[in-house]
Amino acid sequence: MSKGVAITGMGIISAIGNNVSENYTALINEAKGISRISKIDTIHKDAIMVGEIDFTNNELAGLLNLPANNNYSRTAMLGAIAAKEAVKNAGITKISKYKTGLISSTSVGGMDMTEKYYYEYLEDTRKQKYIESHHAGDATQKIAEQLGIKQSLVTTISTACSSAANAIMLGARLIKSGELDRVIVGGKDCLSKFTINGFKTLMILSDTYNTPFDENRKGLNLGEAAAYLVLESDKVVQAENKKVLGYVKGYGNANDAYHQTASSENGDGATLAMQQALKVANLQPSQIDYVNAHGTATANNDLSEGRALLRVFENNVPDFSSTKAYTGHTLAAAGAIEAVYSIFAIQNNVVFPNLNFKTQMKEFAITPQTDFKYKPVNTVLSNSLGFGGNCSTLIFSKNQ
Amino acid sequence: MKKVYINSVASIAAQKTFDNTTFLEDVTHYTETVLPLIDPNYKEFIPPAAARRMAKGIKMGVVASRLALHEANLENVEAIITGTGMGCVRDSEKFVSAIIDNNEQYLTPTSFIQSTHNTVGGQIALGLNCKGYNFTYVHSSTSFESALLDAKLMLACDEAKTVLVGGVDELGDHTVKIHRLIKHIKQVPVNSAQLLESKTEGAVFAEGANFFVLANELQKTSYAEVVAVKTYNTTTSTVTQVVEQFIADNNLLINDVDAVVLGCNGDVTYDLPYDELQNQLFANIPQLYYKHLCGEFNTASSFGFWLGARVLKEQRVPVAVQLNAQTKKEYKNILLYNQYRGKDHSLTLLRKC
Amino acid sequence: MDALKQELKENIIEQLNLEDVSVDEIGDNDPLFGDGLGLDSIDALELIVMLDKDYGIKLTDPKEGKAIFESVEVMANYIAANRTK
Repeated sequence: MSKGVAITGMGIISAIGNNVSENYTALINEAKGISRISKIDTIHKDAIMVGEIDFTNNELAGLLNLPANNNYSRTAMLGAIAAKEAVKNAGITKISKYKTGLISSTSVGGMDMTEKYYYEYLEDTRKQKYIESHHAGDATQKIAEQLGIKQSLVTTISTACSSAANAIMLGARLIKSGELDRVIVGGKDCLSKFTINGFKTLMILSDTYNTPFDENRKGLNLGEAAAYLVLESDKVVQAENKKVLGYVKGYGNANDAYHQTASSENGDGATLAMQQALKVANLQPSQIDYVNAHGTATANNDLSEGRALLRVFENNVPDFSSTKAYTGHTLAAAGAIEAVYSIFAIQNNVVFPNLNFKTQMKEFAITPQTDFKYKPVNTVLSNSLGFGGNCSTLIFSKNQ
Repeated sequence: MKKVYINSVASIAAQKTFDNTTFLEDVTHYTETVLPLIDPNYKEFIPPAAARRMAKGIKMGVVASRLALHEANLENVEAIITGTGMGCVRDSEKFVSAIIDNNEQYLTPTSFIQSTHNTVGGQIALGLNCKGYNFTYVHSSTSFESALLDAKLMLACDEAKTVLVGGVDELGDHTVKIHRLIKHIKQVPVNSAQLLESKTEGAVFAEGANFFVLANELQKTSYAEVVAVKTYNTTTSTVTQVVEQFIADNNLLINDVDAVVLGCNGDVTYDLPYDELQNQLFANIPQLYYKHLCGEFNTASSFGFWLGARVLKEQRVPVAVQLNAQTKKEYKNILLYNQYRGKDHSLTLLRKC
Repeated sequence: MDALKQELKENIIEQLNLEDVSVDEIGDNDPLFGDGLGLDSIDALELIVMLDKDYGIKLTDPKEGKAIFESVEVMANYIAANRTK
């Protein structure tokens, strides 16, 4: 059993940077990663904006030294790059020294290749290597291979937009219970025609920069990203004299049980998830210094989440912002991306601004933080809310 | 740590298993490469307004979960944990092909929404109005065992008293077609009674849903105790060594294992670890197999779990699943072993309760 | 107009997979959402695509659908006035 769940390493690749330091620099410089789409040939290219990672698939394969006949989906490559950075960042040289697991999430999996070669598979044997890369577990298996994790607990979670938060939550529970000494947790998703068209049919894609918590918000920008944390037990931290970046202090998952895609008007699921996380963390709402909101900038999410914040924090909602104006909504990676940003907030005592905000929402009086705010940040609460009513909250802390 | 029990079982498979008053007395033998499902009457359980958007996998999952709750005499559970290797492939296929065929125009949202991997778990929650913990694991042949591991952790730590856990996978036409091309599906039909003698590549595919209520309080009607479950992404030692270590970790001797349930699927290339256990470590105890009855799918091992649980409760092994001639007077500890194509192995230990 | 209404009813049943509903059961003025046919927000999105595909009417804001999809009668009037195909 481990009392604390220490975060000892992080890795990230997103539309605002290809590693941890580039992401932090972009956040500080208010450098949005939102642009017109360049890597996917879609008829919606003039109607949407996305958070795209600069590297082409060939460049990503080069960074990983993959052989020409590899069958990595873009999702798998993004995940492998971020996970490797996390392990390196944690100073791990021998991964098998401790009981180490990998919990990774995705929603699109290998869909980027499937949608490209769907009919070609039937005729072109050279393309058939990607058939096996379609299922959601494939990218996780490949990341485990890249990290040298063998004969271990390796699994994949897919609960739509809360997936990565749930991977972090499971990892924390496995460390606490002593099942694992160390676990790499996070998520990855690449952009695909599948998700672009899917969200398009739901009519929740903005044709311009997304504006979370703004009265005139027009919907979300999709993004692609991957991010991982290394979680270690007290035992490993002590034995290796590890530098701890922060702790996973609380977590909660609840279901809205309201509608397949929409959130309930009063944010029942989100409220329950936040309350559960506070309970696990043994913290009062007043002890939260910053809320990294899910804040996708859809009409429905921001209203429902805002109301949930009011229910949990009553009239004392802490400084809150959504960082999706920077990165876009990165689906099954979002919870991990925002976990990294939450740790940045703790490390640097800063609250990141909610970019693009102009007009106060009519339904309530809470306003997101719109400028940088430097203040002591000891605890961050991060929300991830998804389809299927799946609501998750994580709480990160500076001290155990 | 609390003990974890299986308090109810429900299976929808290529056999008539949705009725728990029978136990594989009357099995259907197939000569196919892809098995059909023996369906319950879904309409009895799902109102038409809800059913109209549900593909097969969602219906199977929802109905299996209802059956499991009913048998456990529960209206609701505290958590729902689902395993599905391929997710809702029919809706995924429908949406991808619509994107390509219509050049991204006139697409409708239903198949996209339904294609999300956590649709089954979400729909079960919606139907039960269950606001509790809801996770979906999607990791190939350890999807179900990942869900099981989570449920066990939750119950052992008393984070919940009752958890619905299940495995569900459906087949889609295109998925079947392309897996046949890469020979993951057998090229030539084989009679299910001779599945293991086929000596050919690939498996016989199928679909199914197996759901269970697990709880940390023993009931008179409980099936078995879930003692341990462990997953391995790869194996670096022989399967014998992996099993020996697992048994030792659970403070047992190999001789304490009364029966072994093997996930062999008749693929000549990948059945070797099963053969090894069958011929060596467990040569002298009853060996059970089941994929000739339920076919292969990413969560087929949830059928093996169903089988192990029922054997422990009823203390008898149906003839249809006997792989050797050994029998025991009492079945106390049953070990389940499964892997798919040499990856994602799992060991589950069940005990009579 | 009657032909259009008949066509709409058939399309609604087919598009929304309302297997247990027949054309005769949908009255021209019955509410489609809520207490009437019991359609929901996902159905509204399906109907928006139907307007585009079958009648060349493009809605950009799903909220516009609310008034248009009140009943078959209202829908038929809207389509007759705005159709481009």
